[in-house]
Amino acid sequence: MEPLPEDRAEAVFEDYKLPYGDAQAVVEATRCLYCFDAPCIKACPTGIDIPEFIRKIATGNVEGSARTIFSSNILGMSCARVCPVEVLCVGDCVYNHLEVPPIQIGRLQRYATDKAYAAGWRFFEAGPDTGRSVGLIGAGPASLAAAHELRRMGHRVVIYERRDVLGGLNSTGVAPYKMKSDRALDEVAWVLGIGGVEVRTGVRVPEDVSYDALERAHDAVFIGVGLGADRLLALPGADLAGVRGAVAWIEEMKLGPTVAPRRAVVIGGGNTAVDAVRELVGVGVAEVTLAYRGDESRMSGYAHEWDAAKKSGVRALWSATPTAFLPGPGGAVAGVRFTRPDGVVDVPADLVLLAIGQEKLGDRFAALDGITIDGGTIVVSTGGATGRPRWYAGGDCANGGKEVVNAVAEGRDAARAIHLALTGGS
Amino acid sequence: MPDLTSNCAAIVSPNPFWLASAPPTNSGAQIMRAFDAGWGGAVWKTLGQPIQNVSSRFGAIRWKGASGVGFNNIELITDRPLETNFREIAEVKKRFPKNAVIVSLMVETREEWKEIIARSIDAGADGLELNFGCPHGMCERGMGSAVGQEPKVNERITSWAREFSTIPVLVKLTPNVGDIRPHGLAAKRGGAHGVSLINTIKSIIGVDLDRMVPMPRVGGASTNGGYCGAAVRPIALHMVAALAREPGFGIPISGIGGITNWRDAVEFMVLGAANVQVCTEVMLRGYRIVEDMIEGTSSWMRERGFQRLDDFIGSAVPAYTEWGDLDLNYETVAKIDASTCIGCQLCMVACHDGAHQCIHPSPDPAVRVPVVDEAECVGCNLCQIVCPVPGCIDLVPVENGFSPATWNDHVHGGAALRPKKGAH
Ligand SMILES: Cc1cc2nc3c(=O)[nH]c(=O)nc-3n(C[C@H](O)[C@H](O)[C@H](O)COP(=O)(O)OP(=O)(O)OC[C@H]3O[C@@H](n4cnc5c(N)ncnc54)[C@H](O)[C@@H]3O)c2cc1C
Ligand SMILES: Cc1cc2nc3c(=O)[nH]c(=O)nc-3n(C[C@H](O)[C@H](O)[C@H](O)COP(=O)(O)O)c2cc1C
Ligand code: SF4
Ligand code: SF4
Ligand code: SF4
Repeated sequence: MEPLPEDRAEAVFEDYKLPYGDAQAVVEATRCLYCFDAPCIKACPTGIDIPEFIRKIATGNVEGSARTIFSSNILGMSCARVCPVEVLCVGDCVYNHLEVPPIQIGRLQRYATDKAYAAGWRFFEAGPDTGRSVGLIGAGPASLAAAHELRRMGHRVVIYERRDVLGGLNSTGVAPYKMKSDRALDEVAWVLGIGGVEVRTGVRVPEDVSYDALERAHDAVFIGVGLGADRLLALPGADLAGVRGAVAWIEEMKLGPTVAPRRAVVIGGGNTAVDAVRELVGVGVAEVTLAYRGDESRMSGYAHEWDAAKKSGVRALWSATPTAFLPGPGGAVAGVRFTRPDGVVDVPADLVLLAIGQEKLGDRFAALDGITIDGGTIVVSTGGATGRPRWYAGGDCANGGKEVVNAVAEGRDAARAIHLALTGGS
Repeated sequence: MPDLTSNCAAIVSPNPFWLASAPPTNSGAQIMRAFDAGWGGAVWKTLGQPIQNVSSRFGAIRWKGASGVGFNNIELITDRPLETNFREIAEVKKRFPKNAVIVSLMVETREEWKEIIARSIDAGADGLELNFGCPHGMCERGMGSAVGQEPKVNERITSWAREFSTIPVLVKLTPNVGDIRPHGLAAKRGGAHGVSLINTIKSIIGVDLDRMVPMPRVGGASTNGGYCGAAVRPIALHMVAALAREPGFGIPISGIGGITNWRDAVEFMVLGAANVQVCTEVMLRGYRIVEDMIEGTSSWMRERGFQRLDDFIGSAVPAYTEWGDLDLNYETVAKIDASTCIGCQLCMVACHDGAHQCIHPSPDPAVRVPVVDEAECVGCNLCQIVCPVPGCIDLVPVENGFSPATWNDHVHGGAALRPKKGAH
């Protein structure tokens, strides 16, 4: 992989949840009740044995703690930073019922996994070669988790990735105050450290490697292509410079330098919109407005993230439906026109980010007999099996777009299903 | 991977972690679950003439939100029929031939000992543990600690057991004695292959102030019970170490008392225990705690370059000596790391009211980091104990120009002692 440029705009961001030092980690770990059949485990899509890893931090067995985490979730380092724990594990901690602050599971997980990276502890080895080979499309969290699990079981693995940067949205999309792209690449290297994973970058499937070629080369194929490009709005002025997809802008900001405009408008009410407004403030945009067609209560973005955005000075425009992008001098955008219940408003802006969802990529697999696509999402049964023998899928392309941790769970489980299919149940 | 295989008095188990004789070892089904979880061995709940128990039975100390820091019970030995117990022992040994099953016994007469030992051996036990320790109920009937407190009786019953047994015999000692050594030596004279200690300590865990009845409350009354759990660990460590360094003792020790995790277990072993047993922490949190005990011990051994348990068992015993052999010229003073101090000044109040009045406020009223007067600091480490920030206060050795000298050197050889500090 090429090293990332030094002058990345994301470099200005600080972690919004600071790492624990030893003393803090032990104090917090000691508070955990070590619940039996713990609800926090059930709330983790990868089912990490949370009470066990936390107890091991409290006893000073941090290496064992990291082993417990990674044996369920090989991307435990990034998940510790990027998981919306408030609605997952931490949200279900029993302390919530006592009205006592719940255990900071994400920060404890970060503590143990960061120590493992720093100390170079390795827990897994590739299994003895089975002679079987699996092709994985995409190098995001779903495929990486699948690749690691398949290597543990001794299968040969080839990843086909259309970009030069590995890691999927963990590298190109996640808000830099949670994790920066260099840390995501540390994880990729750590996961691939199991050895024997062949990675082919700059390869788009099926344009560069056909489905036929994949079927010939591999005993099974896993589709982990995630979601596609930002959805855009076909409104007057849509082609003005400065009207952009939010995910595309985020990628640019994370992987390279960016020029902060003076005023920006983000259209949307989901998590990408909420991330984007905080990121715009962070890179120095003076006036940032989030415009959403519904009201605050209808936003699909997490309340805890939106609260943080409001604190950072973002303004909101509710019940606002965009009708046109307004031109300024030189073909650049100068604002957005919205209709609202009380009339028309024009909001000035030099940058307009559209965060109204991403394309679904399932349709590009519709040509394969047996694979069913529902609204652009690949239909799978347990273990990620599609309707076509030997083809599996997981992550955003099969769940419609969830979190990194769901992609990891689905990639891992698909790998186990593939293993069973390839070895006849052994 | 280091080898955790344990050998205590020729009882071999895959690791040194045994369940102590208590409710977690009440039945075969429980012990099989424990072995599945990773426990290396189990000492069966004490067998004897089945008794009738009371309710309630347990009490615990809750300290700053943590429950069970100290634990107490008035439970007796098994209340299940002997036939059931022996049938289950045989089943466990059949399903888990590699794990150690030790049968704990407590009966009265020579004939009873003979019979129950024979039945234990028939059932497939790997060893016996003679319960001379129970400090409540059974001792009123002339058993348990009533035996453990009388070296002659201890020796006699141990010798009966040796006579009747073809498998290793451990004697479980009571801590309810002034000096543990005569009792360990009595067991040895009786022929014991090893000893287990400690059993529980006579105690009253608290009082129900509304009802004016001690706890645990059985209707309108209570009785003294046996104290155990994390709070008893220092007592147990001392007793284990006292026997480990006793010349002429020299038989294996199975260490028990307040063990909660791998670190506690290792502390027992470096002070001379061949293996360890756990009761309270399992009662409070379940068999699952053994995973961390195995893993934490293995990692520690790997870091230290130890291949097997014998490489470190007893390695801290030589450093346990008499007070009179400590170096009086070894001097330390407290140093506060201003960069990590959080300004709680707990060290200051502790030193002012509980030590030698040598931690003072900073001369700058805006600074909350206290200042140690090193000329007055006696190096008692009270401040380090109260400081909530690990590593913030360090006790640093001072070069005072005096060569090492113990009290014994001073009294017998006139060795020079450094001037006393903080003694005006
Ligand atoms: C802006 C943004 C912020 C997010 N923040 C968070 C967060 O904080 N926490 C969280 O848990 N989740 C977050 N998510 C969601 C999370 O990133 C995804 O759920 C997760 O990355 C899905 O993993 P995946 O492997 O399925 O797909 P992706 O991460 O999208 O990876 C798919 C990979 O496949 C490659 N690919 C696509 N098509 C092809 C093809 N035809 N041939 C070859 N390769 C191809 C892509 O280049 C990409 O590398 C965020 C998403 C976005 C958009
Ligand atoms: C409820 C309870 C019952 C016990 N029953 C027995 C017993 O039957 N036989 C015995 O030898 N020790 C018995 N013990 C003592 C334990 O085996 C052990 O020696 C003691 O609890 C100290 O260890 P711990 O601090 O790990 O609990 C019992 C302890 C408890 C708490
Ligand atoms: S629910 Fe909370 S207290 Fe219970 S095990 Fe999970 S993190 Fe610990
Ligand atoms: S722990 Fe079980 S047996 Fe004991 S009082 Fe509670 S419910 Fe009853
Ligand atoms: S106890 Fe520790 S943290 Fe508190 S004032 Fe003293 S040195 Fe500082």
